[in-house]
Amino acid sequence: MTAAPFHLVIIGNGIAGISCALTLRRLRPEARITIVSGESLHHYARTALMYVYMGHLRLADIKPYEDWFWRENQLDLVHTTATALHPAGQRVSLSNGLTLSYDALLLATGSESRFHDWPGQHLAGVQGFYNLSDLEALSRDIHGIRRGVVVGGGLIGIELAEMLHSRGIEPLLLVRDAHYWSSSLPPEEAALVDYQIKQNQIPVRYHTELREILGDAQGRVRAVRTTAGEEIACQWVGLATGVRPNLTLARTAPALETDQGILVDEYLKTTLPHVYAAGDCAQHRLPAAGEVPIEQLWYTGRMQGETVAHTIAGQPAPYRRGIWFNSAKFFNLEYQTYGRAPVAPTDGLSSFYWQHPMRQVALRIYFETSDSQAVTGFNALGLRLRHAVCEQWIRQRTPLTTVLARLAEANFDPEFFPRHEAAIVRAFNQQFPQQAIAIRPKRRLFF
Amino acid sequence: MPDAYQLAPPLPARLPFERAALTAVAAGLLGLLLTLADADPHRQQTWFYAALGLLSVGTLGWSWLKYGQQPAGVRQDGLWQCASTSRGAAAWVTGLVLTGFYIILYWFPDYLTHLIRPLDGFSHSLRGRPADQWFLYGTFYTLAVALMGARALWKYRHSRYQAIRTLSVMFFQTGFAFILPGLLQLFQKPEFYFSYFWPLKYDYLFPSTVGYLIDNGQALGVFMVFWGAAMSFIATPILTYFYGKRWYCSWVCGCGGLAETAGDPYRHLADKSRAAWRWEVRIIYPIFGLIILITALLWLNTATHNVLLGSISGKAAQWYGFFIGSIFSGVVGVGFYPIFGSRVWCRFGCPMAAYLGLLQKHFSRFRISTNGGQCISCGNCSNACEMGIDVQQYAQRGAPIVRASCVGCGVCSTVCPRGVLNLENGPREGRLLASTLIHADSLRILS
Ligand SMILES: Cc1cc2nc3c(=O)[nH]c(=O)nc-3n(C[C@H](O)[C@H](O)[C@H](O)COP(=O)(O)OP(=O)(O)OC[C@H]3O[C@@H](n4cnc5c(N)ncnc54)[C@H](O)[C@@H]3O)c2cc1C
Ligand code: SF4
Ligand code: SF4
Repeated sequence: MTAAPFHLVIIGNGIAGISCALTLRRLRPEARITIVSGESLHHYARTALMYVYMGHLRLADIKPYEDWFWRENQLDLVHTTATALHPAGQRVSLSNGLTLSYDALLLATGSESRFHDWPGQHLAGVQGFYNLSDLEALSRDIHGIRRGVVVGGGLIGIELAEMLHSRGIEPLLLVRDAHYWSSSLPPEEAALVDYQIKQNQIPVRYHTELREILGDAQGRVRAVRTTAGEEIACQWVGLATGVRPNLTLARTAPALETDQGILVDEYLKTTLPHVYAAGDCAQHRLPAAGEVPIEQLWYTGRMQGETVAHTIAGQPAPYRRGIWFNSAKFFNLEYQTYGRAPVAPTDGLSSFYWQHPMRQVALRIYFETSDSQAVTGFNALGLRLRHAVCEQWIRQRTPLTTVLARLAEANFDPEFFPRHEAAIVRAFNQQFPQQAIAIRPKRRLFF
Repeated sequence: MPDAYQLAPPLPARLPFERAALTAVAAGLLGLLLTLADADPHRQQTWFYAALGLLSVGTLGWSWLKYGQQPAGVRQDGLWQCASTSRGAAAWVTGLVLTGFYIILYWFPDYLTHLIRPLDGFSHSLRGRPADQWFLYGTFYTLAVALMGARALWKYRHSRYQAIRTLSVMFFQTGFAFILPGLLQLFQKPEFYFSYFWPLKYDYLFPSTVGYLIDNGQALGVFMVFWGAAMSFIATPILTYFYGKRWYCSWVCGCGGLAETAGDPYRHLADKSRAAWRWEVRIIYPIFGLIILITALLWLNTATHNVLLGSISGKAAQWYGFFIGSIFSGVVGVGFYPIFGSRVWCRFGCPMAAYLGLLQKHFSRFRISTNGGQCISCGNCSNACEMGIDVQQYAQRGAPIVRASCVGCGVCSTVCPRGVLNLENGPREGRLLASTLIHADSLRILS
């Protein structure tokens, strides 16, 4: 009699769960892999929800893999919710009444919207924006309305504003700070995003938070009151004030240690044997210097999923995020960031900022103030930078002047786009005359 | 994926000016019907030019309102919600009208007499002869490329690559595929299209055409034969080596020109499934083989003074012209734009595309680079690909896109919200290598 194959059960078919499944399939072709998810049968890209709403894509278009993919790779999909963990018996109960035994279990349950217990947040027409049912609610509740209030000056907030705007509904944005996304963007960069908001005629209240949501007799939202005391009439409210790890399932096993998220070590192991966690729901006990304990990103979900698969496959690999990168798009303005690029003035770190006098194009390069002047990070707006080149410069601690002189190598803008290296170097030479550099001839892949 | 979701939030109501522009287009089409119905030559003339005027004003006005009046950027709101671009009733009607037009044009041109006669004056001044159905077709075709080219210029004005490329197809269609052949006729020279080559314009290397050009065109005719052969066998490999197939398919070719302009609203309709890719390979290469065979047989037959094959090769050429040259490239290729997308012919049928594609895949410096790990699997690139390439499959793996069918339109790169894709020509070494920034397997990020 042959032993039953190793069985990995994954709860959650988001990017973390799926990346783990694909990597394990590659490492252990014979393993049995079951993916349980309550939201949808097939993996879909959460990052693309807004494009479905705006009609750029259909729901089927945001599935990163065609439906045949799962069967051909022997990945068993179960569309149901996992209701309880039984670590002693290495089993999980499902809401369809079945129970799955596992040799290894990955919790990749993602996040849920975080609300702040505002009065009125349970009124009809008030919602967060995280999953398919939020998309459905949005599509339903926004019929024929004139104005929606979006609370939160972050990435989801501006996405919601853009979505409403695309439908001819006025989104009014409440932003707590003086600028858009001030936790990640220095004032100059934020000003460019603020300009986008203005150009699209989106009304904003800066320095303003939500105080309460007011309902009508039918229990539907009719207005919000802000911390400035203003009452703003609206028929829908989007709460984009962040997400928190989804711990519903984790809490069914008292021995599973959790804090904000499911606590994991650097191998993404939880406190239960054979149980791992990855993606938005995981909280690192000991994040590396300069890293946050809970990473709520697509890229980090992918990397964590891939990493944990190695450990599950018996090739233990610690999670090392590597050099930070991220990107976003604010209406028509693309944004990319690489490496250490803090908002607030940081000891030992300076930055050089250049902005096009007319166009929406800007570049900030962070470097160490010490003699090395090693470059630590980039912010690019309206300009595409080559990931591999930036990463290499940061890793090799390349001095600022070298980076500036060779900036063309990092350019990733399409052919015929205006090139800014010369203007950037000119600006640098003006700001730092004692270090003036000559620009090298352009080097691109062109023959 | 709960496909039962019918997400159809309301599209914003059309503004009065937009309605006026659309009414002008509709009135223009009605005017063409009136021209067809009216036997009076004088009124035909009036109807016809009034109709063209209305069509032009309406299309330009609509494009200006829809794109010119919005901030520059990617504009595809409602693409999959609007009936005309999502295979709704309007799309089927458009498809039927286009298909019907091709059928009448090819096989029942007499019915078009009332549309042809008003063009006599124009035809006389350009070509020194009365108009015929092909002149009518050429006029409509060029007008479509020009008007919808203007629309593309507004729509893509944030991308210089798209703007220059659009101007290029407009220039080649107007100059090389319409005016120049007309002028050649005016000066009693053979009608010749310098922008079409064998195997797309297959008969340019048939013995009969070669004989005709040399007999009727004297020195110019010899040059034409030389030009055709040199473009097919010398310039095509060289240009494709340096730039990929795009130098022709999305910069010069008239079929490509129509697809990139008039077909732009339909580009997302190309089927992205693996099954469609398999059909593509099954159909396009046999067609390429067939036209090589037919051409070779024709020459063999000529060399042996019709002894070897009698009339077989001539018959084969006729059948090829009927099924591939007329039905496939015209009726299906353009008629089905609103249903299958704008590149059905280019993708499944065109032997030139097959030839260029083989060169591009195995003998070219062209590739679409993926920017490290920045892809968020949103699917916008695949959606925009008119050749039905699932671009995202490459991007989310960090792999460059090297596909025989890619025409290098660059729209995947234009619409990507994270700046992940870039069309590049570079050293062939390492052209197929994936980014090391994405896979846990490339342990660089993990070790
Ligand atoms: C609108 C939006 C836009 C975003 N855009 C970006 C972006 O541009 N870039 C970026 O880096 N990040 C972005 N993010 C964040 C990114 O999408 C998330 O970090 C990422 O999807 C998290 O992946 P995950 O696999 O950890 O969890 P999730 O994607 O949340 O997947 C978890 C899945 O598990 C299911 N599940 C949970 N509990 C159970 C249970 N008990 N039983 C069964 N199933 C269960 C959930 O229903 C869910 O489907 C965006 C997020 C949102 C909401
Ligand atoms: S892959 Fe990109 S460039 Fe190539 S045909 Fe498709 S959309 Fe155009
Ligand atoms: S390459 Fe760009 S458009 Fe394509 S899936 Fe990735 S992020 Fe989306």
